[in-house]
Amino acid sequence: MTAVTTDVAGADTRRAGRWVYVSAVGLLCAWVLVPLYFLLINTLSSPETVNSFPKPFIPEFDLGSLTFFANFAGMLTALKNSILVAGLTMIMSIVIGAPAGYALSRFDFRGKELFRLLILLTRAFPLPLLALPLAVMFIQTGLDDTVFGLALVHTTLAIPFAVLITFALFSGIPLELEEAAWTLGCTRLTAFSKVVLPLILPGITASAIFAFVISWNEVFAAAVLTIENRTLTAFLLQNLDTSPLHLKFAGGFILVMPALIFIFAVRKYLFAMWGIASR
Amino acid sequence: MNARLLPYVLILPVTLFLCLFFLYPFLLVSKQAFSTGAGFTLDNFREVTSYWKFPITMRNTLLLAAAVVPIQLALALLMATMVNRMKKGRDLVLYVWTIPLGISDLAAGIIWLAIFEQSGFLSSMMSGLGLVDKPVNLLTFQNPGIVFLAIMLAEIWRATAIMLVILVAGIGLIPKEYYEAAEVFGASHWKRFLRITLPLLRPSLQTALVLRVILAFEIFAVVAALSGTLFPVLMGETYAYQFDLLNSGAAAAMALIILAISIAFTLIILRVLRVPKGATI
Repeated sequence: MTAVTTDVAGADTRRAGRWVYVSAVGLLCAWVLVPLYFLLINTLSSPETVNSFPKPFIPEFDLGSLTFFANFAGMLTALKNSILVAGLTMIMSIVIGAPAGYALSRFDFRGKELFRLLILLTRAFPLPLLALPLAVMFIQTGLDDTVFGLALVHTTLAIPFAVLITFALFSGIPLELEEAAWTLGCTRLTAFSKVVLPLILPGITASAIFAFVISWNEVFAAAVLTIENRTLTAFLLQNLDTSPLHLKFAGGFILVMPALIFIFAVRKYLFAMWGIASR
Repeated sequence: MNARLLPYVLILPVTLFLCLFFLYPFLLVSKQAFSTGAGFTLDNFREVTSYWKFPITMRNTLLLAAAVVPIQLALALLMATMVNRMKKGRDLVLYVWTIPLGISDLAAGIIWLAIFEQSGFLSSMMSGLGLVDKPVNLLTFQNPGIVFLAIMLAEIWRATAIMLVILVAGIGLIPKEYYEAAEVFGASHWKRFLRITLPLLRPSLQTALVLRVILAFEIFAVVAALSGTLFPVLMGETYAYQFDLLNSGAAAAMALIILAISIAFTLIILRVLRVPKGATI
C-alpha cells in the first residue's frame, strides 16, 4: 500500500519536474527571441508608428523605416564598407591563420608552447584599445581611414580564433589519412590538397564566417580608425544622439540579420571549436 | 621542404602579423601613455585619475561587471546543464540560445532601447496594464536605477551566449562514465552537478570567466546606445579623450588602466580556478 502511494507521488513529482524543466527551456528561448521580435516590429513599421504611443505588438509590414534607412545620406556606403572590411578580414584571417593551425596540430617544434601563449595572450587582451596607437601609425603610412587599414585591425581580433579553430579542425583529421596518401605517392602538398582540404573545407568556411561576424560587429576600433569611410557600426554609433528612432532600429536590424544567418550556418562547429580552444 | 623548418614557415605569417599589429602597437600605446613630449612621466595618469569623473567611471564599470558576470555565469551553467539532459530539440534550443553570440553590443543596445525608450514596448505594456496613461521616459538621469537595470539586462541578454558555448563544449568533454558511476551510488542530480560537473569543468570555467570579465571591462556601445553619457564607463571615457578632447596621451593612459585591471582580474581568476597539476579528465 505504502509502496503504491510513494510510486504515485514519485510519478507526480517527476511530471512536475518535467513541466518545470520544459517551461524553463521555453522561457529562456523567449528571453532571447522576444527582444528580437520587438526590433522586428519596429523595423517593419512606418516611422510614424515607431515614434507613436502606445506601440502595436504586431508588425504592420510597412517598409517606411527601411526605405528611410536606405535613403539616409552615407548609410549605404557605410553598409558597403562594413561588408568590404568584414570580407577582407575573413580572407586575411584564414589565409594567415590556417597554416599556423595546421602547424600546431601536426608538428612538435621548439617554441610551440611560446607560440600558443602568444595566441592565447592576444585573446585575453582588450584588443580594440590598440586601435589608438594604430591610428597614428596608419596616418604615417597612409592607411588611415581606409577599408584595408581597418581590416588589418579586425584581422588581429579574428586571428587568435582562426588559429585555434583551424587547430581544432586539423586535429580532428587523423594523421594516418595523410600518411596513407604519402605512401601512395603524394607529396606533402598534394596530400594536403587532395585529402585534408576537402575534409576540412566546411570547417574552414565556418571559421571564416566567424571572422566575418567578429569584424561586422566591431564598434570601437571602427569608430576610432575611420572618419570618411565609416562602417555601419561606426556610422550608427556616431549618429546615436542625433538620429531619429526609426533610423536606429532599422540600422540595428540590418546589423542583426547576418548574425542570425551566420550563427545558423556555423552552429555545428561552434561547440567543437570551443571544446579544443579552451584547453 | 625540410620537415624541421616547415612548422616555422607555417607559423611565420601569424607571428609577423601579431608582432606588427599587436606587440608593436602595445609598445606604442605604453610609450604614449608614459610621455607628454619630453621623457618619462606619469602626468597622463595623474591627469586622468584626478579628473572628477574618473572615480565614477571606474565605479560604474566595476559595479556593472560585478552585477552582470555572476548572473551570466549562473545562467550559462543552468542552460548548459539543461541542454545536456535534452534529447529532443537540442539543436534548435542551442541555436536559439546562441543567437546573441553573433549580435554586436551596439545592436544589443539598440534592441533594448526599443524596449526602454520613451514610447517603447515597456511603457506600451505598462499603459496596456493601466499603470501609466502617457509615455514615460525611463532612461533619464532621474532614474539611475532603471538606466543601470537596462544596461544590465542588455549585457546579460547579449553576452551569456559566449559563456554558454564554452561551458557546453566543456561539459561535452566530461566522460559519461563518471555520471553513471555516481548514479549507481545513488547521487542526486544536484550532487552530481556539484561533485562531478563543477570540478571537471574548471578549465572551461576559467576560459569563460576570463573572456567574459575582460569583455565586461570593455563595455562601450551598449552603454552609448542606451544611456548616452548618463552612465560613464572607462571605455567611453577613453573614446571621449581621443575624440572630443583630442588628448591621445590621456586616452593611452586610460587604455593602460583598462589593460591593468583586465590583467589583474585574469590572474585572480586563473589563480582561484587553477587546475591542480596532473589532474586532467
